[in-house]
Amino acid sequence: MIIKEKVIKYGNNVDTDVIIPARYLNTSREDELAAHCFEDLDENFKEKLKARKIIVAGDNFGCGSSREHAPISIKASGVKLIIAKTFARIFFRNAINIGLAVIPSVEASENINDGDELEVNLDKGEIKDITTGKTFAINPVPEFIREIISSGGYINYTRKKLNI
Amino acid sequence: MKTITEKILSSHAGRDVRAGDIAVVDVDIVMAQDGTGPLAVSQIKKLGFSKVANPAKSIFFIDHAAPSPRKELSDSHKVLRDFAKESGARLSDIGEGVCHQILVESYVCPGDVVIGADSHTCTSGALGAFATGMGSTDIAVGFALAKTWLLVPQTIKVNFNGKLGKGVYAKDLIIYLIGKITADGATYKALEFSGSVSSGLTIEDRFTISNMAVEAGAKAGIFAADETTNRYLGQRGRAECFKEIRADEGAKYEAEIDIDCTEVEPMISMPHTVDNTMPVSRIDKVKVDQVLIGTCTNGRLNDLKIAAGILKGRKIAEGVRLIVAPASRIVYLEALRAGIIETLIESGATVISPGCGPCVGIHQGILGDGEVCLSTQNRNFKGRMGNPDAFIYLSSPATAAWSAVRGFIADPREAL
Repeated sequence: MIIKEKVIKYGNNVDTDVIIPARYLNTSREDELAAHCFEDLDENFKEKLKARKIIVAGDNFGCGSSREHAPISIKASGVKLIIAKTFARIFFRNAINIGLAVIPSVEASENINDGDELEVNLDKGEIKDITTGKTFAINPVPEFIREIISSGGYINYTRKKLNI
Repeated sequence: MKTITEKILSSHAGRDVRAGDIAVVDVDIVMAQDGTGPLAVSQIKKLGFSKVANPAKSIFFIDHAAPSPRKELSDSHKVLRDFAKESGARLSDIGEGVCHQILVESYVCPGDVVIGADSHTCTSGALGAFATGMGSTDIAVGFALAKTWLLVPQTIKVNFNGKLGKGVYAKDLIIYLIGKITADGATYKALEFSGSVSSGLTIEDRFTISNMAVEAGAKAGIFAADETTNRYLGQRGRAECFKEIRADEGAKYEAEIDIDCTEVEPMISMPHTVDNTMPVSRIDKVKVDQVLIGTCTNGRLNDLKIAAGILKGRKIAEGVRLIVAPASRIVYLEALRAGIIETLIESGATVISPGCGPCVGIHQGILGDGEVCLSTQNRNFKGRMGNPDAFIYLSSPATAAWSAVRGFIADPREAL
């Protein structure tokens, strides 16, 4: 899978309360969640999304609440991939479970700039920054996790395992 | 030689597991709340299930928006009530209290594996259980199969030694620790709390500390199950579920952190991150508009008692709104019988129904633009209390109560 998109860059500790505030948790509808995604962090997010579909952030992305609505709202907004120095534990699990690509990479996070164009090859395990010409290797994903992603998320994976 | 985490997860995996292993484990207790529950229900259905594997220990809590302030949330509540009926799962409806408090009061036993669709599920670690938060999809599979997969975490041992000073409480210790190791200082790890101060803490104090383990990114925050745990379970009529749980001598820890509690002062977390900490004695004068005493962090009987001790015979400052939310119906009744609620109301407090209250920004005390709230809750992220243009500070109940009297963030040692 190859993702070729431009970058929206954010800082450290992007928490689930700014990704999708609890006041909007009265719905599981993806379009409604997407409408309020990042609204408390960046009022220009929607505008930026028109031309950019990869988020690059610092440490501890997705810290805070266990709400799965957070990765759902990001995915439903059209974001294809999140690269961060580190991810908060529950967010990371949730993203994989719903099939949103997440890549932890300190090197990529430190070197990629806001607005850069990336070509990310998930199979080869490589991030290429077209704007700066730099490339970054991605740590291989454990087999177990790859199987969840290739099944299209945790529900499908479990159904497959249970033969239902 | 195993850590508490390795012991509990080994006993639930049916084999010996160590930090770094991926294990499929049996789950004793599964829960979701009204924010995360409706999505869990739709995922259970997508999985093809209409029943839960272990109905007596599968619980849906209505606590985050209870009673419902909006029709959309009322519909979410209806989804949970209907599914509980259909599946046989337990329902904890409005007025019963915050999920984490009810779990420790009535469900969790030492040695259990507990998973919940709420990040503060780690609270139950105070009873010597392995308890962790997950998202709705993970929890849906947990409800359906009473199993989950886990990466067995490394453990960081935190030794609280020394002596707690006047006006310094469990909340100050955990804020101090998070300030020291930062908001991601324990990501993916289990914290195991040890040392002479930890053994001497009341069970309520342990709940406060375990509750905030996730604010350092931790997967779990665990205390040994000891005589204090045994006494508590006895008081709750659950003596039969007690068993002693402690780490083996020589268990392998990724790191040890020593905290000399004698040096810890009353602490504050400042906007907008929990690890932005400072001793109360060193912050500039910050005027408060609202003070919240309650939540799964500090809404228990002793918390209300400490606040009432400071507020007795005093009035809250003009222009301050003091909101008190008992963590559960049991806490509320005990506080009523002890005269604590009367003292709080006489001082000017507004007492709301047991539950999450305004902590998560849905109802019962949403902040106005530019307003400041000092709260005993666990999280002060931007927008947390319903308004991204407001400012949230965190403290112990003593600091919160005394600040409500002064009208600005104030050192509780002045009142003691």
